Amino acid sequence: MLNDITFGQFIPTNSSIHRADPRTKLILLVMFIVFAFLSNNAFSLGLMMAFLLVLILLSKIPFSMYLKNLKTILPIILFTSILNALYIKTGAELFSFWIITITSDGVWRAVFMSVRISMLILSSAIFSYSSTPTAITNAIESLLKPLNRLGLESAVHTMAMTMTIALRFIPTLIEETQKIMNAQKARGADMESGGLIKRVKALLPILIPLLISSVRRAYDLAEAMECRCYNGGEGRTRLNKMRYSIMDLIATILFVIVCSFSLVLNILF
Amino acid sequence: MSLLKVSHLSYTYGHGTPFSYDAITDINFEIEQGEIVGIIGHTGSGKSTLVQHLNGLIKPSEGNIFLDGKDIWENPKKISQIRFQVGLVFQYPEYQLFEETVYKDIAFGPTNMGLSHSEIDNRVIGAAEMVGLHRNLLQKSPFDLSGGEKRRAAIAGVMAMQPKIIVLDEPTAGLDPAGRDIILSRIKQYRDTTGSTVIIVSHSMEDMAKTAERILVMNKGKVEMFDTVGNVFSHAELLESIGLNIPQVTQIALRLKDLGINVDNNIYTVEQMKNSLLKLMGRGQKNA
Ligand SMILES: Nc1ncnc2c1ncn2[C@@H]1O[C@H](COP(=O)(O)OP(=O)(O)OP(=O)(O)O)[C@@H](O)[C@H]1O
Ligand SMILES: [Mg+2]
Repeated sequence: MLNDITFGQFIPTNSSIHRADPRTKLILLVMFIVFAFLSNNAFSLGLMMAFLLVLILLSKIPFSMYLKNLKTILPIILFTSILNALYIKTGAELFSFWIITITSDGVWRAVFMSVRISMLILSSAIFSYSSTPTAITNAIESLLKPLNRLGLESAVHTMAMTMTIALRFIPTLIEETQKIMNAQKARGADMESGGLIKRVKALLPILIPLLISSVRRAYDLAEAMECRCYNGGEGRTRLNKMRYSIMDLIATILFVIVCSFSLVLNILF
Repeated sequence: MSLLKVSHLSYTYGHGTPFSYDAITDINFEIEQGEIVGIIGHTGSGKSTLVQHLNGLIKPSEGNIFLDGKDIWENPKKISQIRFQVGLVFQYPEYQLFEETVYKDIAFGPTNMGLSHSEIDNRVIGAAEMVGLHRNLLQKSPFDLSGGEKRRAAIAGVMAMQPKIIVLDEPTAGLDPAGRDIILSRIKQYRDTTGSTVIIVSHSMEDMAKTAERILVMNKGKVEMFDTVGNVFSHAELLESIGLNIPQVTQIALRLKDLGINVDNNIYTVEQMKNSLLKLMGRGQKNA
């Protein structure tokens, strides 16, 4: 169950996407999502879908990992599709029963919405699978640099550091939860049956140790950082500097071309 | 028929993902009622994975586990019953303490078994005594105990379920020598008074030499050896080749033999060394 959480998971495959500058990836991701949502006909959306497929193949990450991602948001996709289908009343009537009327426009919109949400998830997945959590926060910190001029210097760094730590500890926390759950199960704890109150109560033997160990971990981490003379972002240099390479430029040009095409298709049809 | 039989057991973590990893492969062994068995192996050799199979926390990818001749996964719905029969004490068990008092925490297992109040009370007091926790400590918060006491409280929490087999994953990790000796001697005493079977996972050869009767050596997810303590320690080179050491006294004994001093063959505790040396010295005096 907990193993299905893929958020913040880095999958090393050494593809060209993995090697790209995380800042480039982040900007291009936002650009891709904006244009995917702007696409309002089958041609432009189809183009974006084809492009996404190419990116997925380039990432060299098994298809099953992407499917796992889609599976978790399936309920959301279904929910929005049904709402869209029920709500839109224009277009040819396909089906009518009691107060429910399904029209061709509604179905069309539902399909569009599902495809767009899936594309949003899949493109974000490419980004998070191909970038280490550190790279992601470094990219954010670097992109927010302009804010430094507003005197927000330490705030930007603190935020980025907090995020790095949070992302870094997601897998640790999951592992810890699993361990504690197993340990309490070994003492006969039953977490899968009973009513709501019983189930909430059954969580206590897990939540209390988890909380205690998190606090302990936080203290340990703070101490370890202090021992290594951490004192905020000022004057801190990096071991691995992010570099904007020729490949990043090529990728950016490619994205601009594809997105312009989809814009043209939007206007033409 | 042996009490516990593991047959062709294999387990793969993350089956079907890019991270899939064969933690253990084709494990076979049998353990009799009342034995103390040690499991040793290098870090990552699959010891913890193996012991989590014994009480059904992990379902085997392949193979079976028989308890009293019955496959524990015969009826998956009844797997929680198996957990009361095979008690598992995890690595660093003190991190699972959660109740307001030590008493309540030890009572967690027996309560889940649905026992009566008086029976729970008996078991909690009995288990606390078994691990040598003073009665005064029972009403304290578990978080106010010392490290060694916490560890013993957590072990008592599993002993209180009175399992047929108790499995302890590195029960002495991170304790000082005195704390280690207390825990090991209490575990041995537990076996002697209840006749239960004990399985101990450990890195420490000294611990194993002191407590275990038979040792199962794991290497890269496979069983390398399963034999009496003496026989296992006689394969010093094999053990070293898989990153394990024989106890220090055994190393000294081997060196002494090389130097022509005729100490006994199977020496693996300080006690045995002492006796052997005294014997030698006694003889020397007579010859003089
Ligand atoms: N939840 C998990 N997911 C994936 N792989 C795991 C998981 N747990 C353990 N492993 C892997 O399985 C192998 C065996 O792990 P296990 O914990 O059984 O080793 P161990 O012998 O108990 O080691 P140690 O002495 O360090 O406790 C290790 O290589 C580990 O990386
Ligand atoms: Mg282990």
